[in-house]
Amino acid sequence: MPGTYDNGTEIEVTDLNLWYGDNHALHDISIDIPKNSVTALIGPSGCGKSTFLRCLNRMNDLVKSCRIEGKVLIDNQDIYSKDVDVVDLRKRVGMVFQKPNPFPMSIHDNIAYGPRIHGMGKKNINGIVEEALKSGALWGEVSDRLGSSALDLSGGQQQRLCIARTLAVRPEVILFDEPCSALDPISTGKIEELILELKKKYTIVIVTHNMQQAARISDYTGFFLTGDLVEFDRTEQIFESPGEKATEDYITGRFG
Amino acid sequence: MSNRHLKEKGIESLLFASGIVAVLALFLLCIFLFRDGLLLFEAYPISSFLTETKWFPTSDPAHFGLLPLLLGSLIVTAGAIIFSVPLGIAAAIYISELAGPRTAGILKPVTEILAGIPSVVYGFFGLVILVPVIQRTLDLPTGQTALTGSIMLGIMALPTIISISEDAISSVPRAIKEGSLALGSTKWQTIYKVTIPAALSGISAAVMLGVGRAIGETMTVMMVTGNSAVIPGFPSGLFAPVKTMTATIALEMGEVPQGSEHFHALFAIGSVLFITTFIINIIANHIKRRYRFNL
Amino acid sequence: MLSNAKLNEKIAFGLLRLAMGMVVAFVLVILYYIVSNGYSAISLDFIFSMPRNRMTEGGIYPAIVGTMYLIIGSMAVALPLGILSAIYLTEYAQPGRTTWTIEMAINNLAGTPSVVFGLFGLAMFVKYLGFGASILSASLTLALLILPVIIRASQEALLTVPKEYREASLALGVTKWETIRRIVLPAAIPGMVTGAILSIGRVAGETAPILLTGAAYFLPRLPDSVYSQFMALPYHLYVLATSGTNIAQTRPIQYGTALILLIIVLFVNIIAVSIRSHYRKKINR
Repeated sequence: MPGTYDNGTEIEVTDLNLWYGDNHALHDISIDIPKNSVTALIGPSGCGKSTFLRCLNRMNDLVKSCRIEGKVLIDNQDIYSKDVDVVDLRKRVGMVFQKPNPFPMSIHDNIAYGPRIHGMGKKNINGIVEEALKSGALWGEVSDRLGSSALDLSGGQQQRLCIARTLAVRPEVILFDEPCSALDPISTGKIEELILELKKKYTIVIVTHNMQQAARISDYTGFFLTGDLVEFDRTEQIFESPGEKATEDYITGRFG
Repeated sequence: MSNRHLKEKGIESLLFASGIVAVLALFLLCIFLFRDGLLLFEAYPISSFLTETKWFPTSDPAHFGLLPLLLGSLIVTAGAIIFSVPLGIAAAIYISELAGPRTAGILKPVTEILAGIPSVVYGFFGLVILVPVIQRTLDLPTGQTALTGSIMLGIMALPTIISISEDAISSVPRAIKEGSLALGSTKWQTIYKVTIPAALSGISAAVMLGVGRAIGETMTVMMVTGNSAVIPGFPSGLFAPVKTMTATIALEMGEVPQGSEHFHALFAIGSVLFITTFIINIIANHIKRRYRFNL
Repeated sequence: MLSNAKLNEKIAFGLLRLAMGMVVAFVLVILYYIVSNGYSAISLDFIFSMPRNRMTEGGIYPAIVGTMYLIIGSMAVALPLGILSAIYLTEYAQPGRTTWTIEMAINNLAGTPSVVFGLFGLAMFVKYLGFGASILSASLTLALLILPVIIRASQEALLTVPKEYREASLALGVTKWETIRRIVLPAAIPGMVTGAILSIGRVAGETAPILLTGAAYFLPRLPDSVYSQFMALPYHLYVLATSGTNIAQTRPIQYGTALILLIIVLFVNIIAVSIRSHYRKKINR
């Protein structure tokens, strides 16, 4: 464990266990995720990294057979305690998915969707949309066609739209679930740049199967294997001198 | 926050209430049907209802024998199935295996037209066109026969059989078919040795649902089968008039005093009909579910 | 050997073609007879005037009006119920005994013969609830008859809405119901409309249920309340063709009525099918 962080801790997970029916998918995960930085979660597919990510905004609640034990504190609040409203939680902890999933509406309406429902900026919805699109590094490309369908954008633009849509509800944390796996290298580069920009304001957790990506953009890296968090440390540490044999094997490409 | 929670819960309860309307409807349907049906047996022994060979509801004493009507329904349905099952399955194979996507795109809606035509229009067509044809070609005293009903019901059951069989055949994975073709089988050998067996449970579900549709059909049979309540022979009964359970209810309900023995006898017939289709549905859905799991 | 297999294939494919040809022929023959004999009977006067001279002359206006009332009445009940029920089943229901029971009930309602619905409507609405033989009783009976059709079509429409839309909205901190209302329903509406339209065709054509719950042989004037009896197209056709005062003489009126019924049903089907294909194209994009 890397100890205390300069910017402080955003998410504190203690002894998290998760079952899908009888399948024990996460074992005793404990991890402290720092504020205003990028934390990458890597590991072979099926290792539980995405499952873990979905515990942080309680998307696993949607899976009927799913059972969770342990503690997840975000900003010192236990998000699994009874008095937490999962809807409020998800407003604070945004998520960007593997496949770009814009709604079948105009670009403007995609961004405005969240703020409108949350009753934010009733008067200045256009301002919010513009600001979010600028933060999502998409404004320059779409400012002249906000009314056209979001489905007409390219894959990379759609993914940046989804990021901007998440930014528009002003979260504290943004979870990225393999956001570039469906994109070409150029679009991937743009998204990575954007993530580096966003960490100034937000805490970012990103799941990726691409080790180079983790090395390029993250400050901290956690390695998952078959439901265990094998190792968690500064990214340089993990990639240059990993403490565990399994981590080294994975990073040097000996399996997975 | 709790306000929002309350609203969500309230909406979920409302949706649940709508969800169970179907259950409530089925429950009430059973209650009302069986209640009036069972009242028959206060005055008329159930054993006679089940074994009597005569349906003479207006004679004195009245006879309410189920058998002629039940057998009437069965012979018409059997005829319809014998005729429509091979035809329907063959058409389904043609649409899913032989026709190109464009032809299939035309043929499917064309067969769906058959499903859309109201049963009274089928009955009218049968009465005006088919009945005289049957009478002339088979040289019968009347063209209103079980056979006429079978042909019309067969046509009506076709879209059900075709569309569900076609679904089942199309859902056979392409890899299985290609595996067979790659072994040097002809397309036809692949169809009847690989594709059809793989789709068989889906096709049987289609046949069951077709049977259900045919046995419950009312207006068409009522208009073309002549409606005389005699126990049909087989196959000679095909060429004579019969009376089905459905036609009996629809024809006689208008003339009976409510609450009379005859009134309750019609409900008893309705109950038998309901139980029959209920069992057919359960079987069909069971088969259908199984084939979904297999694929 | 090989040529034998080839020959078998030729014969088999020939038979398949023949079968398909027969099915298409049935459609064409039925349509041909109804259309060719019916079109000369149809005129504005036929549609908009009352039957005259013991229904041997004149139009079928009251039957058209009656059928319209039935469509409106049964859809008003079945459409909201069916859609809400479908939303419950696809979005909220957990697998378990309750859901199994609901699914089973829907399947069995769908397979229950329409004449049995008629008996039920007669026992419950006409007699027990005292609505009498009326538009109300018949509409409620037909509503139950088409409920499973609407539920199934709506369920199918809801299932075609990608799961990703729901996740994206929930991840923005939007509640489940708001997600359904603003994202899922708008995307599912074309499919739901298709189902609804198809059941209009069903309501227009059903005869046995209304025969037992309120359709009248002949009425001198239009119904004036939901408790009135009514005339309806399919029953009118049945009556004219089997027990009218002069069956042979009214043959043109019968063909005309059959054609009007057919036009309503086919028109409705064409609309439904084109909405569906338009919608599929959009989804596949």
